[in-house]
Amino acid sequence: MAGAAFYDLEGTLVSTNLVHTLSFYARRQQGLMASFTKSASTFLSLPVFAVTDQYSRKVFNDLYFKRYKGQSEDRLRYFANELFEDVIKPAVFPGTYELIDKSRKLGLRQVVITGALDLSVKPLMDHLGITEYVTNRLEFVNGIATGRLLPPVMAAATKASWIRTYTEREGISLSDSYAYTDSMSDLPMLSIVGHPAVVNPDMRLRQTALHHDWPILNLK
Amino acid sequence: MALQLRRKTHESVIYIDRDSAPRIMPSGEDFILEDLPIGTRVLYPNPTIKGLPNREAAIRYALNHPLGCDPLFAQLEPGMRVTVAVDDISLPLPPMATPDIRQTVLEIVLDMLAGHGVDDVHIIIANSLHRKMTEWEMKRMVGPAIFSEYYPDRYYNHDAEWADGMIKIGETRHKEPLVLNRRCAESDLLIYVNINFVPMDGGHKSVAVGLCDYESLRAHHDPQTIRDSDSYMDPARSALNHKVTRLGKIVDEHLNVFHIETAINNRMYGADMDFLLRNEDDFTAFDRMKFEAMRYTMGKLPRAARRKLLHSRPAQYEMTACYAGKTELVHEKIVAKGFEQYAIPIRGQCDILITGIPDISPYNVYSILNPLLVQVMALGYHFNFYRNKPLLKKGGVLIVHHPCFDEFDHQFHPSYIEFFHRLLPETRDAFTLREKYEQEFANNPSYIEMYRRGNAYHGAHPFFMWYWGENGRQHVGRVIAAGAENAHVPAILGWERADNLTEAIAMARSYMGNSAEITMLHQPMIGIADME
Repeated sequence: MAGAAFYDLEGTLVSTNLVHTLSFYARRQQGLMASFTKSASTFLSLPVFAVTDQYSRKVFNDLYFKRYKGQSEDRLRYFANELFEDVIKPAVFPGTYELIDKSRKLGLRQVVITGALDLSVKPLMDHLGITEYVTNRLEFVNGIATGRLLPPVMAAATKASWIRTYTEREGISLSDSYAYTDSMSDLPMLSIVGHPAVVNPDMRLRQTALHHDWPILNLK
Repeated sequence: MALQLRRKTHESVIYIDRDSAPRIMPSGEDFILEDLPIGTRVLYPNPTIKGLPNREAAIRYALNHPLGCDPLFAQLEPGMRVTVAVDDISLPLPPMATPDIRQTVLEIVLDMLAGHGVDDVHIIIANSLHRKMTEWEMKRMVGPAIFSEYYPDRYYNHDAEWADGMIKIGETRHKEPLVLNRRCAESDLLIYVNINFVPMDGGHKSVAVGLCDYESLRAHHDPQTIRDSDSYMDPARSALNHKVTRLGKIVDEHLNVFHIETAINNRMYGADMDFLLRNEDDFTAFDRMKFEAMRYTMGKLPRAARRKLLHSRPAQYEMTACYAGKTELVHEKIVAKGFEQYAIPIRGQCDILITGIPDISPYNVYSILNPLLVQVMALGYHFNFYRNKPLLKKGGVLIVHHPCFDEFDHQFHPSYIEFFHRLLPETRDAFTLREKYEQEFANNPSYIEMYRRGNAYHGAHPFFMWYWGENGRQHVGRVIAAGAENAHVPAILGWERADNLTEAIAMARSYMGNSAEITMLHQPMIGIADME
């Protein structure tokens, strides 16, 4: 049975995180004043994001994606390519290309599972040649973001659950599959595959990896 | 037979009698004192051959009077592309006091290259599938002047997984491929700087193994080759050496290699710790005091600090010979010089062989001697230190003294952990492991990235470590791990366990009989049992 390689994205394959994307859009509001206000409020929210991320990824998501409330879908899509070229592409870790290349040569399906937004992820996936990816999606009403996510919300255990469903559907062996992440919140995803690995981990995840004898990669 | 065996035959061989002092044995990071049974034969390192008084002069002489080719200066032309490859940190052991011999050779060679208008010079560490050396280690090895001039663009580690950096040179008539470092292969001149620590080092192994890729290595790093090597420390009877020599012929056909080999003596420790290499019966009061002081200090330290302390003591090796020129001619001279220092004439095999395992191996410099490395030191290196026939009789008992901690270095040995805990409980058969799992580990993207961007041994390396003990495993009847602090590590390795040496000897005698001949290797030592 074939295997697959499941990657978290932000912090794992690229050095940017969700806040970089939010800041990018905050700087590109209609009008200088709106850009300044949005950027300032985003900046002031950073400590809250940091604390909630440590506490619960779900609470973090609830707070974080509310920042998109009122944004127009057109605008978000319009700037997606610029976001990729200016922010995301330079942030791709040098080791990312090699890791994906080696993995592909093993015949593994390449799958990215990320909590980032679909519209910001697509150009990167095209760049990396990855066709299978699952992201979070904002809810839009009449083309305006409500600040809520459409289910399923990709975070923590949901990622593991999605992987299970995916592998059953595609006839992929979990034991022969690999998972890569930088985040402690993705522990469920690491726990269900045969070859888990952590990438550029923080202290908590590093300790967990050492405890479980998982490989610790540095793609920088 | 027993009486004949006990006759003193060489100054490095002593027999335990009623008045003998207890012997010092290394056991991991500890040194223990053990009373051995009367009649036990103990092998010590040979007396140290005096080092050359002026090694710079010896190196210059070798470069100017090479074997089988023109002097180095006569081969140089302005604008040519030259690569200097050097041995990695796996030798000598422990790492030698600075300046390292490699630094001295490099200083002379680089000076000569600059003097002849050769500017395109790279220095590559021939680490093969070993871990890449860290920046600090690289600096220590070549000295700050060379380091600051060449690092990182022109002084770097070989990368066997960098596809663009490798090139296929050819293959032998036995279909053994040879893929080498591209920079080395495409240079007008490749200069190899070697330190010959044990007889299996150097020669064609330097380029054909040190600078190759995984596929090239797996052609000869396999269980059958090791089984057929009797031993791999005896080049004439080593199947591994024969295969590598075949590849070396291809190297010589395609590359212009100027080989510089050096031999060193066995002065492993300076005056503060050299008592560890001597007969305990000859200890002065000061020696005993030094040992007790060392034991007391070590006893007060946590294990990690003890290890750090041991690894921070540089070896005091001195260069005893230097030859340069064509690989085979040079290597023959250096191996002979090595045997001069290491060979201990021995008559008669033993039934029980005792060896303490010190915290030193080619693969754990500044790191942990994990269970797989304990295995490779016991059944690989210590078992293979013989010429003509093994020191231990076929089916005899090997007693190793080591705590066998279930402990691994996650940065250096990540694939070892999976090998030890996932594969060995399933099978210890080297052929099955090779067929079923070796390539899975070798191609594991995580291990490849950790090898390339970190300081990890290649994913396939733990397999080679297991194969490395293959001829020992086939020859030895039983292995007893004395002093093992747990039961599961010896069990996974297929060994028996004993609380201490006395119990281990009693167990071994129960298998081999009460009149079993016992021999102990007085570790740490580099010595080849030259069997009659």
